[in-house]
Amino acid sequence: MTVAPPMSVADAPSQGAGRRLKAFNLVLELRAFIALIVIIVVFGLMSDAYLTWDNLVTMTKHVAINAILAIGMLMVILTGGIDLSVGSIVGLAGIVAGVLLEGLTIGGSVLYLPVWGVILCALAVGTGVGAVNGALVTRFNVAPFIATLGTLYMARGVALLISGGETYPNLGGSPALGNTGFDVLGTGKLAGIPVSIWLMVAFGIAAVFLTRRTPFGRWVYALGGNARAAELSGVPVRRVTMRVYMISGLCAAMAGLIIASELTSAAPQAGETFELNAIAAVVIGGASLSGGRGAVRGALIGAFVIGFLADGLVILGVSTFWQIVIKGAVIVLAVILDQSQQKIQRRGAAIAAAAATERPAAARA
Amino acid sequence: MIMEARAVTKVFGATHALKGVDFAVEAGRVTALFGENGAGKSTLMKILAGIEQPTTGELELDGEPVTFASPRAAADRGVVIIHQELSLFPNLSVADNVFMARERVRHGMVDDRAQRQTATALLTRLEEPIDPRTDVSELRLGQQQIVEIARALAQDARVLIMDEPTSALSAAEVEVLFRIIRELTADGVAIVYISHHLEEALEIADHVVVLRDGGLVAEAEAADVDLAWIVEHMVGRSQDELFPEEHVESGGELLRVSELSVPDPRNPGRLSVDGVSLSVRAGEIVGLYGLMGAGRTELLEALAGRLKAVSGEVEIDGELIEGPVAARIARGLTLVPEDRQRDGLVQSMSVGANLSLAGLRRFIRGPLVSAQRERAAVAATMRDVTVKAAGPDAPITSLSGGNQQKVVLGKALLTQPRVLLLDEPTRGIDVGAKADIFGLTTELAGRGVAVLFATSELEEALHVPDRLLVMAKGKVVREVRRGVASREEIMVASEGGER
Repeated sequence: MTVAPPMSVADAPSQGAGRRLKAFNLVLELRAFIALIVIIVVFGLMSDAYLTWDNLVTMTKHVAINAILAIGMLMVILTGGIDLSVGSIVGLAGIVAGVLLEGLTIGGSVLYLPVWGVILCALAVGTGVGAVNGALVTRFNVAPFIATLGTLYMARGVALLISGGETYPNLGGSPALGNTGFDVLGTGKLAGIPVSIWLMVAFGIAAVFLTRRTPFGRWVYALGGNARAAELSGVPVRRVTMRVYMISGLCAAMAGLIIASELTSAAPQAGETFELNAIAAVVIGGASLSGGRGAVRGALIGAFVIGFLADGLVILGVSTFWQIVIKGAVIVLAVILDQSQQKIQRRGAAIAAAAATERPAAARA
Repeated sequence: MIMEARAVTKVFGATHALKGVDFAVEAGRVTALFGENGAGKSTLMKILAGIEQPTTGELELDGEPVTFASPRAAADRGVVIIHQELSLFPNLSVADNVFMARERVRHGMVDDRAQRQTATALLTRLEEPIDPRTDVSELRLGQQQIVEIARALAQDARVLIMDEPTSALSAAEVEVLFRIIRELTADGVAIVYISHHLEEALEIADHVVVLRDGGLVAEAEAADVDLAWIVEHMVGRSQDELFPEEHVESGGELLRVSELSVPDPRNPGRLSVDGVSLSVRAGEIVGLYGLMGAGRTELLEALAGRLKAVSGEVEIDGELIEGPVAARIARGLTLVPEDRQRDGLVQSMSVGANLSLAGLRRFIRGPLVSAQRERAAVAATMRDVTVKAAGPDAPITSLSGGNQQKVVLGKALLTQPRVLLLDEPTRGIDVGAKADIFGLTTELAGRGVAVLFATSELEEALHVPDRLLVMAKGKVVREVRRGVASREEIMVASEGGER
């Protein structure tokens, strides 16, 4: 089997320091989770309304939208890319659903799709925008930041063009046409828990499997860690890159549908700046923007940290302006902690290695 | 004595680049530093020049302890380094490069005229009449190296470190450099000289120091020693121990390359590989020897599918091999790349994940990777290639260079290759790991794998392959069987007539 590193007398004095370092490292590793618990405890103490079942469900429902976006964003960030277009896809997907539910006029007759057909179409449009991102990055070598910045504008523009800038006010459908039920996504409940939370759970589980158990997941991490080595190892770099953007588009469209369903109306402006919340969740969850490092669990916790913090501040009546400042500070703090954790890990490795150093004798001629 | 390093240790991750080295340079003398790749020469020089900080140990200048927080701090005290890798700004002019970060300023503005005059004077001294207004990107490699030297001279060094200053210079340019070195030592400058051309370094040296595996193993006055003494201490063990025994090849032709041409990835107008044809039989180890830029790496990368060939064919067992890297791995052709940090490893993943990356398809069950199969194969490979690690979950960065290289090799073996391409598999690793890798290579050949083994180390080229192909300027210029050709013959062939 494997060989354990040899222990020598020289290791002894550094063991105490090593153990302290290890404990500190664990705290840092779990920092997002600890932050979440701190948030829940502090707000729970400050407000009676915070730690109630109803409020927790409501807050989690808010979190679900950003969490689903963050899952898609995480995939892209793991490969070393970035997806700025998700907020616009949220808006576009809602508008697509709105158009289809109000009826599509084709050559004089009006076409009404069943609700599941509408949902599939909207998801397909989101995935399609993701495919455009992927194609720009892989085929035309556009930097991900620029490619998705372009589609951010284009998708938003298309949403405005389709809707003429107007909101589709009635997505409830009509019983006569058999297309009611769209509101289930955002307002329905299953076993007492909102459908949108179930969707977050389903997306989360699927993403955990995808990243941890499938070859695709391994390739995503390899690509972000070292694209050249991944290519030389036979990783289908273009296909993997293409897919992560499509997954991100799909997740964004799902989030857009949930929002439209919740409001039973679709506004072309929906989802503005949502991409930034998703990036923040991923980063708070410990992912590295240069790729290769991060986990679904972390991104989800990051989304909860942002959501529970924001709602807690609202409940306490903190001014909106302060809320924005605090959110920014939390993001910066998360990255600072991330940097110090990596530094500690490197120092731990160096201490261990230096302790094992031996000095050879020199020959003289 | 001008400068001294005492008990200097340097640790990178789990690699001990230096293990307590004492090193001193004297005014007016040239100290030549010898050692194989990875012996710690460059690391020691980077510590003297303030580029790296020692993990333990101390530096002394003129008898006083010093710490250099940056190369700038070292240069301010007169310790200047000429880098092994060129560190010029190709987008700026020669004069701008020479005075980078120490510009001549007049009235708050850069005094271009003074800079140009000084640069011209320096270049004249170096017998290289380059217009200082020329952009560095327009210069050929040798001229760039001269600009690098001019930059060091402009800093009035008291200790001047030259790390491979002649790798791109012509014989005449080396003569000029040696003349300048003698002028500098006459003025009391201490010089540290590192070169892969051992004869050249011995010619200019007053004092020689040999490093091996991060430790100082020998030092002597240059007049008292010869090349054999240096080589013996560099390698540290007799060649019989290091190199595998000759093995008997068997089997028919497995890899056939016909008339393969590959454009230079950095300069598409030029061919890096120019109509190369070769064949490797099952169980045979064929060596590819050549100097920097001979086209070895490009040839192997084209065979592996990373670079596109413009013409020519690759066949394994009579079947045409085409398409991207993944398709070629599936057909049994795998490359162990030259630069393991850049091309071989994913630094953010564990030892196990790195090992299984290229062969992952073998462990797929349904849509998932079978953790059980993967673990078993990873454990078996770690045993086969004798990786020393805390376990498959240890971070890859916690391994020493030699063990990292074994992981890269193990990753290739997990794809079950029929043809294995090894590009400088022993670069920068210690002697023990080298012997292990040669042993594995021979063992693989014994199992019928065709091995194509590229190296720039002459001793390896002479002792490892069954058959050696010498490359120069993109062409195979010579083919010799093991034990037939002398060092000189191979060197002359590899130089393709020049220098």
